[in-house]
Amino acid sequence: MSRKITLNHLTRIEGHAHLVIDRKAGKVTSCRLEVVESPRFFEAILKGRHYSDIAPIVARVCGVCSISHTMASLMATENALGIAPDPRAGLLRRLLSQGEILQSHLLQLYFMAAPDYLGIPSIFQLISQRGDLFSRALRLKRTANRICEIVGGRPVHPVTTAIGGFSSLPEASDLKQLRHELVDALPDLEATVELFVGFEFPEFSRPAEYVCLDPADQYPLHARRVISSHGVEQSVAQFKASIDEYILPYSTAKMARTERGHYCVGPLARIKNSFARLSPMALKVAAALQLHAETDNPFHGLKARLVEVIHFVEEAIQVIDDLLLHGFYAARTTAMPKSGGEGMAAVEAPRGLLFHAYTYDQNGLLTSADCIIPTAQNLASIEEDIEALLPELLDLPDEQLKQRVETLIRAYDPCLSCSTHQLQIVVH
Amino acid sequence: MKSRIGFFDFTGCEGCQLTVMNLEDDLLQVLQLVEVVEFRELMSETTDRLDIAFIEGSITRPADRQRLQNIRERSKTLVALGACADNGGINLLGSDQDVATLRQQVYACDAKHLLTEKPVPLHEVVKVDYRIPGCPIDGQEFLAVLQALLLDRDPELPNFAVCVECKLAEYPCSFDYGEICLGPVTRAGCRAICIEGGDRCRGCRGLVDNPRTTPYHQILEEHGLSVEEILEQYRTFNIGEQP
Repeated sequence: MSRKITLNHLTRIEGHAHLVIDRKAGKVTSCRLEVVESPRFFEAILKGRHYSDIAPIVARVCGVCSISHTMASLMATENALGIAPDPRAGLLRRLLSQGEILQSHLLQLYFMAAPDYLGIPSIFQLISQRGDLFSRALRLKRTANRICEIVGGRPVHPVTTAIGGFSSLPEASDLKQLRHELVDALPDLEATVELFVGFEFPEFSRPAEYVCLDPADQYPLHARRVISSHGVEQSVAQFKASIDEYILPYSTAKMARTERGHYCVGPLARIKNSFARLSPMALKVAAALQLHAETDNPFHGLKARLVEVIHFVEEAIQVIDDLLLHGFYAARTTAMPKSGGEGMAAVEAPRGLLFHAYTYDQNGLLTSADCIIPTAQNLASIEEDIEALLPELLDLPDEQLKQRVETLIRAYDPCLSCSTHQLQIVVH
Repeated sequence: MKSRIGFFDFTGCEGCQLTVMNLEDDLLQVLQLVEVVEFRELMSETTDRLDIAFIEGSITRPADRQRLQNIRERSKTLVALGACADNGGINLLGSDQDVATLRQQVYACDAKHLLTEKPVPLHEVVKVDYRIPGCPIDGQEFLAVLQALLLDRDPELPNFAVCVECKLAEYPCSFDYGEICLGPVTRAGCRAICIEGGDRCRGCRGLVDNPRTTPYHQILEEHGLSVEEILEQYRTFNIGEQP
C-alpha cells in the first residue's frame, strides 16, 4: 500500500522548503528535501562590482547570518587583494561573530525548536501561561543583539565592518556595559539549561563525517584550516577544492559532497571536533545535557547549540576583557590594493562552514565569485537522516510522523534563504 | 478585540522580519495590542482572516503571485516590509541581464524548478496599502507604522533627507572622506545609522519626495563627481526605480 502525506511550506525554519517522502508496502522508496526558495543569483550579480561594495551586497544573502557572510566576504577580499587586517581588528571581528551565533542560536532554541519539545505550535502560545519563559527568551536574545549593535552598528546587516578592519569602533564604556549585560545573563542561561535538560530527546544515531574549521588555537570561528572527524586536515583552499557542488532535479539549493561522500557541518560538528576547546562552563552544561563528543545523534544538534551559547557568552566576556586591557585597533583603513588577485576565506557561521571565494581585476572589480553555504553542505545529511529515521516512524499516525520529521529537520536549523540564496513536507 | 497581524516572506533574506523580532521589549508591549496569527518562520499556525499583513520579499514566480494574491484576499491592510517588497531592492541587481543568463552562470542548468521571472515588488501584483522602506527596515519605523494603523490613521514616512538626521547627530560628512554618499537625496528615518558606523549612505531607503537636486549637483561638483557616478551608487538598492 502506498501512502502520501503532504506538508507544505515547513514552518519554524529559516526559508521555504517541502519534504517529499515516497513509500510502498511499508518501505520508504525515496526521500527528497525540496528547497523551493527562489534563486537569487548572487554570484552573478556581484560581477563587475567594486571590492568595497561586495560585503554589503552579499550580506543580503541572509538576514540571520548577515554577519558571517560579511566576515567571509571581507576576509576573502582581503586575501585576494593582499590586505592584512590588524590582529586587534581580528579580535573585534571574533566578538561580532560570537554575537551573531548567540543571536541565531537563541532564536532557534526558543522560537523554532523548543515548541516541538513543549508540545505547542509556537512560543507565542506561552505569552499568557509562561510569560517568564517568553520574557527570558527575549532578554537573552536582546543581550546577543547588543553585541552586534555595539560592535556591528545594528543587529542585522552590519554597518561598521570594512575591508582591513572596522570603519567605526565601539566606545570602551559601551564594551564595559556589554560585559555587565553578559554577566547578568548568567541566571537566564542557567534557567535555559534547566528547561532543555528536561526535554526528552529521541534516541537515534547515524554515523557521519563531521567537518569544521581547525580548533588548534581556539574554538573554531575564523581559521585557515579545516578538519574532519574522519581525520582530514587541509587548508581552507584544499578542502574547498575537494567539494563537489551538484544540483538535483527538485531543489533550488546546490548540494555538496566530497569524494568521501556527504558530510555534516554546524554546532554538532564543531563540538565533536573541538570538545576540549569548550569553556569550563560549557563543559559543565554539556555534562548536564549528556552531550558527548562521541554522539552520532543529529537530534543532539539542539544540545550542541545550547552548549555553544554558554561557550560563546563566556568567550565574549574574555574577548571584551582583552580588548579593554590591551586596546583595540584604529578605525578606517586606507590601504588600497594596487593589483587584482584571487582569494578565499572560510568562517564558522551559526550553521557551520561558510566559504566565499573571489577574483578581482587590477581595477578592483570582481570578475568571479563563489559561495558555499552551510545548509547546502547539510541538506544531503538531513535527507539521509530522515531516510534512516523513517522505518521506525512508518506505523505512526500522519500527524505524529510529520511532527517527528520536522523536529529532526529543525535540529539542523536549516537556513534556506542562504542555501538558495524555502520548506514544505510531502510524504507519498 | 486585538488586531490580527501576520508576517509573510517571498524572495529575500528575512532580515526585515528578523528586525521585527529584534524589537524585544517593545515586542512584548506590541503583543498586548495585537495577536500574531501567522508567521511561518516562527509559528506553525495559519489563519483565514488578517487585519494587517506585513510582507517581505519580491515576487519571482507564478506560484508566488498566487500566494500573494491569496494573502491579499485574506487581509484588510497590506504593508510592504522592506526594500525587496517595496521596490525590488537588491533582487533587481543583475536585471540588466535576462534571468536565463543569470541562471546559466550560477546553476549552469535550466531545470524547470529553477525557472524564475524578473523579480517585481509587491505593488506590481496586488494593491499595497502602505510601505516601510529600507534594507533592512528600521524597527522603530515599523512600530510607528503599526501604531498609526492600530489608531486608524495613515502612517507617514519622514519626507526629508538622511543628511538632516546626519547633521543633527553631528557626524562627519562622508564626502569629506572622498566617498560618494546618497544622504542628500535619500529618505530619512534610519537615524543615519550607516554614517554613524563610518560607512556612507548607500540609499537603501529610496529617494525622498522631490529631492533637492540643485544643491546636490553643487556637492558633486565640489568633489569632482559626476551624476553617473552617483546613479551607479543609487542603483545598488534602487535599480527598480530609476529617477
